[in-house]
Amino acid sequence: MAMAQKLQHNVTIKGTKDGLVLLLDDLCSFEHLVEELNEKLSDDHGQLLNGPLISVIVKTGNRYLTDQQSGLIREIIGQKKNLEIKRFETNVITVAEAEEMKKEAQIMRVSKVVRSGQVLSVQGDLLLIGDVNPGGTVMATGNIFVLGSLKGIAHGGSAGNRKAVIAASVMKPTQLRIAEMINRAPDHYPEHGNEMECAFISDEEDQILIDRISIVHKIRPELNRL
Amino acid sequence: MGEAIVITSGKGGVGKTTTSANIGTSLALSGKKVCLVDTDIGLRNLDVLMGLENRIIYDLVDVVEERCKLHQALIKDKRFECLFLLPAAQTKDKSSVQPEQMKKIIMELKQDYDYVIIDCPAGIEQGFKNAVAGADKSIVVTNPEISSVRDADRIIGLLEQEDVEAPKLIVNRVRNHLAKSGDMLDVDEIVSILAIELIGVVVDDENVIKAANKGEPIAMSPNSKASIAYRNIARRILGESVPLSTIEEEKGFFSKIKTLLGMR
Repeated sequence: MAMAQKLQHNVTIKGTKDGLVLLLDDLCSFEHLVEELNEKLSDDHGQLLNGPLISVIVKTGNRYLTDQQSGLIREIIGQKKNLEIKRFETNVITVAEAEEMKKEAQIMRVSKVVRSGQVLSVQGDLLLIGDVNPGGTVMATGNIFVLGSLKGIAHGGSAGNRKAVIAASVMKPTQLRIAEMINRAPDHYPEHGNEMECAFISDEEDQILIDRISIVHKIRPELNRL
Repeated sequence: MGEAIVITSGKGGVGKTTTSANIGTSLALSGKKVCLVDTDIGLRNLDVLMGLENRIIYDLVDVVEERCKLHQALIKDKRFECLFLLPAAQTKDKSSVQPEQMKKIIMELKQDYDYVIIDCPAGIEQGFKNAVAGADKSIVVTNPEISSVRDADRIIGLLEQEDVEAPKLIVNRVRNHLAKSGDMLDVDEIVSILAIELIGVVVDDENVIKAANKGEPIAMSPNSKASIAYRNIARRILGESVPLSTIEEEKGFFSKIKTLLGMR
C-alpha cells in the first residue's frame, strides 16, 4: 500500500513545444508535493532537465499557494539552472484578490462638481457626471470619462496602466496624466471646440495625444465589453 | 427661531464685509430683526462700515471668554431699532475662538433675531471654520475676475462638506462695459463654472466707497444702482421672486440669467 502511494504521480512533467508544463496535484499535501518535486528534478533522468534553457509553466489546479509556498517551488525549480519559470497557473484566488479584481474592473459612477482643491480618486474606471473645475483633480486606476467639462487635472491609469484613456465632453484640462506620463495644456484654449475628445498614450510617439472620441474604438478595442 | 447666513468668498477684498453690511441693512429696512456678526478677529471692519466703531465696549472674544454677557456685547445700530452688531476683537487673533463656541453664540442669537448675518474672514483656515460653524445658509461673493472665481470654487467645495444649505452666489463689482466687450468674465460664465444659484449681481459703483468712508451703508441711499441690487438681494433672501436688477439694459443677457435662476 505504501508502495502504491509512492508510485502515485503528484507531480507530472509534460513537454510541449513551448517548454515544460509542471502539473502539481491539488489533493495531496504540500509536503508530499515538495518532496516529489525535489525527487523528480534531482532524479536527473533524461537530459531534458540539463539541456538548453527551457521555460516552465507551473499549474497548481485547485490548490491555493501562499507567497511562501510558491516561493519554495520557485526555489526548487530554480536549482536547475536551465529551467525558467514563465508563470504559475491556478484555478483559485483569495476573496481579497477577487474583490480587488472586481474593484479594478468596475466603473465608478460619481455625480458631482469636482471643485478647486478637491481630489476625487477611485479604483477602476471613473464615470463623472459633472464638471472638473480648474484646480480640481480626478484620478482613477482605470479610464476616466467625464460627462461635463474637464478643466482641472485628470490622472488616468494612476497605478501605471498606460492603456488608460481620458475622455471628456469638453476637454480643456490644465494637465493630463496617464500612468507616469504628464501633458500640460496649451497656454490658451480656443473659445470653442475641444468637444468630445479623448486622450491616450500613443505608442508610436510615446506621449499623450488628444483626438476625437470616435477613434477610441480603433486605438483601444479592449474597452469594449460587449 | 431665525436663520444664520454666512457671507464668504475665499479671496480677500471682493466685498464680503460690504455685502454683509448692506444685506443686513436692507433686511432691517424691511422690518426684520437682524444681527450682524463680524468673525474677522484681528482685522475687524464691519463696525467701521456701519459707522459703529466708537460704540464698541465688548466684543466676540469677550463673550467667548465670558467677560461679558452676549447682550452686553451687542451694539444697536444708529439708524435702526431692529439692527444689531456683534463686533470682532481687534487685539486677538482667529485662534482665540473655537467653532463649537461660535456655534453656541449663533444658536443663542437665532432665538432672538430673524436673521443672523455672519461676516466671514478671507481664507480657508480657522476663521472660516468658525464663521461657518453656526450657519444654516451661505452666500458666496465673487468678483468677475478669474482668481476670485477660482477661490469661490474652492470655498463652495468646502461649504459642501459643512452642514449648510447649498450656497447662493453674488457677483460683485460687475462693470457692464467691460463684460460687454468681452474683457471681463461675464456673469453667465461665472455661473456656469461655479454651478450654484445666482442670488444677485451688484455693479461696480463708486458711491459704495463714498458711503463706506462715511460709515453709512450704501443700501441707505435709494438711488444708487448698487443699493437697489442689495435691496433686491435682501428681498430674495426673504423669499420674494425679484428679477435680477443690474443688467436691465442688456435684454438678451438678462433673460439668460433669468433662465438660469429658473424664473423664465
